[in-house]
Amino acid sequence: MPYAQITPALTQLTKLIKLAHEATMTQQPPPPAPPVLELRGITKRFPGVLANDNVDLELHKGEILALLGENGAGKSTLMNVIYGLYRPDEGEVMVNGEAVDFGDPGEAIERGIGMVHQHFMLVPTLTVAENIMLGREITRGPFLDQATARQRILDLSEQYGLRVNPDAYVRDISVGAQQRAEIVKALFRGADILILDEPTAVLTPQEADDLFKVIRNLVAQGKSIIFISHKLREVLALSDRVDVLRHGRIVGDIATKDATREILASMMVGRDVNLVVEKGPADPQEVVLQVDGLRVKDDRGLMAVDDLSLTVRAGEILGVAGVQGNGQTELVEAIVGLRHVEGGTVRIAERDVTNAKPRTITELGVAHIPEDRQHDGMVGSYSIADNLVLNSYYLKPFATGMVMNDEVINEQATQLVEKFDVRTPSIRTAAGDLSGGNQQKVIVAREFSRDVKLIVAAQPTRGIDVGSIEFIHTQLVHLRDEGAGVLLVSAELDEILALADRIAVVFHGHVIETLSRDEATRDKLGLLMAGVSETQSNEGVG
Amino acid sequence: MAQATLVAEQRRALPSNLIWGIVAVVAVIATFYFYGTRPAVTTAILASALRQATPLVLGALSGLYCERSGVINIGIEGMMLVGAFVAFLTNVYTANLFLATVVGVASGVLTGLLHAFLSVTIKMDQIISGTIINILALELTGFFYQAGLTTQGKLTPVAIPLLSDIPLIGPVLFNNPPITYLSIILVIVTHILLFRTVWGLRTRAVGEHPRAADTVGIDVIRTRYINVMLGGALAGLAGAYLTLEAVGSFERAMTNGRGFVALAVMIFGKWTPLGAWGAALLFGLANALQTQAQFSNFDAIPHQFVGMLPYILTIVVLAGFVGRAHPPAAIGQPYDKE
Repeated sequence: MPYAQITPALTQLTKLIKLAHEATMTQQPPPPAPPVLELRGITKRFPGVLANDNVDLELHKGEILALLGENGAGKSTLMNVIYGLYRPDEGEVMVNGEAVDFGDPGEAIERGIGMVHQHFMLVPTLTVAENIMLGREITRGPFLDQATARQRILDLSEQYGLRVNPDAYVRDISVGAQQRAEIVKALFRGADILILDEPTAVLTPQEADDLFKVIRNLVAQGKSIIFISHKLREVLALSDRVDVLRHGRIVGDIATKDATREILASMMVGRDVNLVVEKGPADPQEVVLQVDGLRVKDDRGLMAVDDLSLTVRAGEILGVAGVQGNGQTELVEAIVGLRHVEGGTVRIAERDVTNAKPRTITELGVAHIPEDRQHDGMVGSYSIADNLVLNSYYLKPFATGMVMNDEVINEQATQLVEKFDVRTPSIRTAAGDLSGGNQQKVIVAREFSRDVKLIVAAQPTRGIDVGSIEFIHTQLVHLRDEGAGVLLVSAELDEILALADRIAVVFHGHVIETLSRDEATRDKLGLLMAGVSETQSNEGVG
Repeated sequence: MAQATLVAEQRRALPSNLIWGIVAVVAVIATFYFYGTRPAVTTAILASALRQATPLVLGALSGLYCERSGVINIGIEGMMLVGAFVAFLTNVYTANLFLATVVGVASGVLTGLLHAFLSVTIKMDQIISGTIINILALELTGFFYQAGLTTQGKLTPVAIPLLSDIPLIGPVLFNNPPITYLSIILVIVTHILLFRTVWGLRTRAVGEHPRAADTVGIDVIRTRYINVMLGGALAGLAGAYLTLEAVGSFERAMTNGRGFVALAVMIFGKWTPLGAWGAALLFGLANALQTQAQFSNFDAIPHQFVGMLPYILTIVVLAGFVGRAHPPAAIGQPYDKE
């Protein structure tokens, strides 16, 4: 028979078979689909560190899996293994039931895996559209087809409710918009599995809520999400299931509905944790820090602190809340004498210290926990003992004239290491070799072991383990009770709410409002952090 | 804050455009004025400016390919010198100018490969790697050069019919030797390549944020290698221009700092091909003026001072007098995956 007659008959037949097949499929329950992503026994070693130790993990279609763990628990390493940035030393990665071995991220993208990194992977000098299509460019002949790319981005933007402007340069858009661009970038590549690494770290609470809406929308449309976080509240609010990672190992796999903050925290840390900082009411005394109309420029020469005023009294903790980059860094640096003041005054203990030398300010009894501890807080290549006298090495008893008294310095170091629970093999160990939490304890030990009137603490617990956080919080409250004033600058709202007696919210370089702890709610602070001041309009009415 | 930055940049950009507009108008008026009074000299100076600009713009493009991908190239001088020497030798032994040009370019690719190997693979400091190339080129070409080698002719101007008959513009633009024409074409090609094609987009991403490029599957190492080798090719061509088109023979250290001036030209042009071309023309004009001043009996200013013009211009440019330009952000940093 000629082919021309066979072909239509064959097509007819295949159609019938398909129909019959579909009919049977609807009658019987479908066999359980394999997980969209599965890890089996993943182990990854770095020199001297076992970053991931025999990790098993499953992600099902339409699921939001939270990966919870402290900094250094191995979350990012694990995700980089999935994304093809690292190759595991042992174990295998399965996508839709098929074993894969990614040599580079390109292959992971090919299999529908997308990742939004904690530090965005966007090129500031390119437009949003160029960033989104980078590596998956749409072309017409030899040239980039910007118009088509633009349209596809707008379509995706519409479908998933992710507002992005394809023509804007990345350097000009807000952090929240950059994050949306990152998500669109992953979707543009056809990602079905999205890994979000600490996505809320840089967002205001409201922006975080918007992000959660987007994530739920993505899941509703069939995507699967791995959400990495160390914030218990978010994990509980968003996820379907939680995997807890500690020291590179999965130590818990629990449905979110069965989890509580306490359960998760103790899994994460490996012991019971006191989540509430115990503190009595404040007893404010005389003013120790008075900042009036302060104006300070940032590194780019723009006015980062603009007409900012605040007061800290002895015996109270003033929390400075705000989204990162609203002048907090410059404010702190200006107070402790590390940055030039353009206008306004800083008074510490009744003394004008505007543009005074850092040593003058230190000697007035100011303790400073800097935001960037490795850069501004210590000399990494110096020993712990030497780091502990960085602000007093020239004073008796640590020095006699030009000569340093190593004996006294070492003796003090031994005491402080003991008292502040610094986990180290020796006081001669280089400070840079310690873990983040222990480095921070060295700085705290140095700053708090003197007679302090004012403590300026910038992000004092950023990136350190829960145990160290607990310790540092207790110390801050303790010093407050002994009569020191504390200026606490933190991007973590939980920290501010836990410690502060009053809260000043900064926005675009000035204090938009100061609230007492009792008036402050998460929502109120969130709005203020976004620059919305309710009382201004209320005052107008009342 | 992002908005504030944008506004600040616009405020800065506006007067600078205005200034360039005024400069262009003044330049055109001046050209016509001088052409009206002394047509022959004006034509000669402008034609000379264009040719003097050729090695500078080629050198600047060489730097541009490297630096846009994140690799500093201060070895342009050395790459040029190697290209000049090899092109010259090929010409001496084969008497084939086309082949000599091609071999000169190929030698540039090889020095580019060396630079890429040192700075991308071994992750040597890129300034040191470039310096090695400069010293190596100077000593090797000096060592192997024998006096008395005679050239077998040089590339001569090709007049484009009709167009070259236009007064002023004709002799200046349409009666040039091949590499000069080629340099103009390469400016336009590079501009299109960099801003309109996939390769250009990826190169710029690699130069600004290599990790971002890596995470979307772009091979950072390969991109840098190819761009640095392309840069080598252009420096080689600039060298071939010197021996095959401008001078016709080789001398020790004949690049005479042009590679470094090219670097200034690239920065002056703010890392863009068209900007580099404009800057190269300005430097070329400075050169042409100082040459002309030596020939004429123009002695109001001692000719030594006029001779300093291109170098003073270089210092002014490098001292940042012409406004801040931002180099690619990842420049000078070797890429480490983990």
